[in-house]
Amino acid sequence: MNRQSEFLKNIDWLSIFMYTVLIFMGWINIYAAVYNDNHSSIFDITQSYGKQLLWIGTASVLAFFIMLTDSKFFTAFSVIIYGLTIGILVAVLFLGVESKGARSWFELGSIRIQPAEFGKFATCLAVANIMSRHGFKIMRLSSLCLLGLILAIPAGLIILQNDTGSALVYSSFILVMYREGLHGSLLLLCFITVAIFIFTLLYPPIAVLSLIIGGTLIAFLYYRQNKQEFYRLVVFLTGCFLFLLFLRWLFEWQTPTDHLLLYAYLVTGILGIYFIYKRRMKHIIWVLLASWMCIVASVGVHYAFDKLQPHQKDRINNLLGIEADPTGAGYNVNQSKIAIGSGGLAGKGFLQGTQTKFNFVPEQSTDFIFCTVGEEWGFLGTAIVIGLLLAFILRIIYLAERQRSDFSRIYGYGVASILFFHVAINIGMTIGLAPVIGIPLPFFSYGGSSLWAFTILIFIFLRLDANRLQVFS
Amino acid sequence: MNKYTHRKTVISAIIICICCIYIIRLFYMQVLDDSFQMKAILNSQRIATQYPARGLIYDRHHKLLVENQPAYDLMIIPRQVKNFDTLELISILGIEKEMLVKNLAKCRRYSPFKASILISQITASQYAVLQEKLYKYTGFFMQTRTLRKYNVSHSADVFGYIGEVSQTQIIRDSTYAAGDYIGINGLEKSYESVLRGVKGEKILLVDNHNRIKGSYKDGAYDKPAIVGQNLTTTLDIDLQEYAYQLMKNKRGGIIAIEPATGEILLKVSSPGYDPQLLIGLERGKNFKKLEEDPNIPLFDRTVMASYPPGSTFKTLQALYGLQEKVITPETCFECYGKAKTAIGGIRMGCHNHISPLDLRQSLQHSCNPYYVNVWRRVLENNKYENVRDSYKSWREYICSFGLGSKICPDFTNETTGSVPSVALYDRKYNTTDWRWSYIMSLSIGQGELLVTPLQIANMACILANRGYYMTPHIVRPSEGIENRIERHEIQVDRPYFDIVVDGMSMAATAGTARGASIDSIAICGKTGTAQNPHGDDHSIFMVFAPKENPKIAMAVYIENGGFGAQYAVPIAGLLIEKYLKGCISPHKKALEQRMMESSLITPAAQHTAKERQEKIQEEE
Repeated sequence: MNRQSEFLKNIDWLSIFMYTVLIFMGWINIYAAVYNDNHSSIFDITQSYGKQLLWIGTASVLAFFIMLTDSKFFTAFSVIIYGLTIGILVAVLFLGVESKGARSWFELGSIRIQPAEFGKFATCLAVANIMSRHGFKIMRLSSLCLLGLILAIPAGLIILQNDTGSALVYSSFILVMYREGLHGSLLLLCFITVAIFIFTLLYPPIAVLSLIIGGTLIAFLYYRQNKQEFYRLVVFLTGCFLFLLFLRWLFEWQTPTDHLLLYAYLVTGILGIYFIYKRRMKHIIWVLLASWMCIVASVGVHYAFDKLQPHQKDRINNLLGIEADPTGAGYNVNQSKIAIGSGGLAGKGFLQGTQTKFNFVPEQSTDFIFCTVGEEWGFLGTAIVIGLLLAFILRIIYLAERQRSDFSRIYGYGVASILFFHVAINIGMTIGLAPVIGIPLPFFSYGGSSLWAFTILIFIFLRLDANRLQVFS
Repeated sequence: MNKYTHRKTVISAIIICICCIYIIRLFYMQVLDDSFQMKAILNSQRIATQYPARGLIYDRHHKLLVENQPAYDLMIIPRQVKNFDTLELISILGIEKEMLVKNLAKCRRYSPFKASILISQITASQYAVLQEKLYKYTGFFMQTRTLRKYNVSHSADVFGYIGEVSQTQIIRDSTYAAGDYIGINGLEKSYESVLRGVKGEKILLVDNHNRIKGSYKDGAYDKPAIVGQNLTTTLDIDLQEYAYQLMKNKRGGIIAIEPATGEILLKVSSPGYDPQLLIGLERGKNFKKLEEDPNIPLFDRTVMASYPPGSTFKTLQALYGLQEKVITPETCFECYGKAKTAIGGIRMGCHNHISPLDLRQSLQHSCNPYYVNVWRRVLENNKYENVRDSYKSWREYICSFGLGSKICPDFTNETTGSVPSVALYDRKYNTTDWRWSYIMSLSIGQGELLVTPLQIANMACILANRGYYMTPHIVRPSEGIENRIERHEIQVDRPYFDIVVDGMSMAATAGTARGASIDSIAICGKTGTAQNPHGDDHSIFMVFAPKENPKIAMAVYIENGGFGAQYAVPIAGLLIEKYLKGCISPHKKALEQRMMESSLITPAAQHTAKERQEKIQEEE
């Protein structure tokens, strides 16, 4: 009796409350997104919202059983669960049905299951298992390779299913690795690589160049801690640039402005090398080199992109959600932005959204469910939803930090990272800030597999958390 | 416990940072930038124009002349159009392939996304066939319009027709949009603002495939179309019909006015055409045919044509002479008929009649020398300093009869005719000191003087009213229709009118206009013959009846009709009898028959007219 009440007390009810609120909000918005007059009952199970209610019900049952399971089960069986999941992912390649160009579904009667969704928690368990092993050192090459392999197998299988978006989710484990000791510069490198790739394709060269130069200057300030030198550098660079602009005006050169900025930067850099050499500023040479590498990489991406076949270009543009023709490939993002943007401060009201109601927004109950939130509940709604999701992720980070066992902590960070990646990419793509990758918004997007997968992911962690006091690290 | 614990701050910071960026972005998109609202409206709302039915047109006895019929426009949204069976479409609509190809290209040029009219004015029967097959044509849909339907196969000159507005008209009046119809001629044009009604709007909600999902806010912001106002014309359509029968195969114009009110009872321009020809898919072809017809049916001979008034003008000359006191009713002049009479060195021919004759007789026999004498006295009047001043005074008087100006605001195509000015003669004779004899032909309504049949009918009204006319009009004023009818007084004393009317009465009973006489009705008329250098003279007759309390005043103008009595007089007689008595007396049936069957038209034109007639019968 005492033990049982202790256990109930140790459960983090706040997280469960937030989870419930988010699920409920999601359900209401699915109802609004697919609402039609003929089936106005929210419980009508012929419609998505009715079905979602069934999924919510079963998910609750699932959550209940997870809470009843001994937490040791998850630690002990993590590798087996991982292995089983990999087996299923292989099986779906041969036995799955194809839908929207991706062979990633198992069909059981009228129910469809997407195994890729379940790969996340399994991989998370496996990663936690490996990283919490005694004597595991992350900065060893072999460790990195092992981790890479654990992530690459499910990701690769999912790519084979032609579902690149879901595979990219595994990149979110970089945050877990960072928390467990991955060198900061590697995290930075990852960010910079992705950033350069995306920025080069999305924005004009002058913006990318300005960004790189700005970054370099900030890095300089960070490492040198010398404001005087920093100011001098800025003044010199600006002066150089203005002088080149003046020359262009004087001699009527046809050189584009971004080239001039590049020249100014090169001059500053080359002069800088002299000072670096003289004063033995070791860090700065790395910063400068990294900065030049960025420029070269950016030019390289640009050049490579120009060489691509048109259909390959289209595919990348699609991924990034850029296309000049608003009715063509960029239609989705454009319509999604219109739906959200037209919501205003307080929204058009429940079931009053015209853009989502009349199917202007594609995939509105699944990947683009956030449009319904934006259109019908306005800025207040979107801010509350983002705030709630943020609070939930931060709560999980908080819970993870209070774990005594490495396994629980690492798993907790895995949960937070996966949730964050989904939220950031999904909401980002609906407002045109992130590439359009077809991944669901946790708790909101319609779909049983995704709801079940997130429920399992979260409740395993909550189960581990409830047991934290019995674990000794 | 763990040396990397501080990294939770970095990770949390990254997450919070991204969320903040998103919230700022959302604040910008949703609260600050309102362009998305507009785009959302453009996305989901389609404003469907509700076209009002045009006002109907009735005759004076409230018989429906012009009504509306449903017609359909075949619309396309070029971007949605896939390959379709052009052959089938062509055969259903009975159009040519070039037209389809041309229109398709035009629609694409206009906008690939917006709906535009591919083929307009498809009839209900073609629509029925097409509607069944329309599912095969993606990107096509039908739009309902109303077109005119005419219950008569003539009088197109009165009604005019409607057509699509031109770009310049849209620029001039913003109530029109591309594809709207506008009155192009006749009443459709002059009463456009009354007939057209007010366009309505329906705000429809559409989905991503442009499918209609219902009305916006249950139609709370819809504006219903307001139907155009009806017009009641003053025409007597039975008389009109009868006149067209009499005018068959003749060129000319007839116009009849009720003198007391100025209401136009009859307006016939022959050859006319069936107004229905300018409706539907064939309208373009038909219009071209009408344009090329040598008898120019598109030319309104009642108000656009101006001819010399001929001898009908003698009535005005007599009135002026009396008013100016240069003659009295008893003034007699000699006439030697065909032997030509010498007046002040001028020799003037006439036909043979009694001589000498007084004013009444001069009108009865339409004596030319008499009016040359009057003209001489008018212009050499001592009251005025010289001939020029006398002429000026005369011209002012003539103009007060409505000559030389537009008199009926209901017709936008009316011409003024012309009363030559002093300046014209100054130029012509290169001197200000011209003589009365230079402009002698004016005395008998020839020369530079030009009048429209409408103006002659109006002259008949003035004589019938003995001194005034009401603004001729063809539409009865009612609510919403401006009353532009005024009484115009003529500065001639009433007794003089009685004398001239006596003369006209004598002409109708025992003079040049005998052919018009009707039992028991006293007719007053004056014949005229306008010399035509290109062929047979034009036959003119100005008439009103009965003599006392006149009910109808009329001008009949028959091109190449010879002298007045040959065609104009009998046709006028038949029309007056028909109007006043309702039927034609038996002894006149032979005349009626002869008038209907006689032809003054060139063979080529006859052929065209025959073809048209056959077509009308076929349709009936």
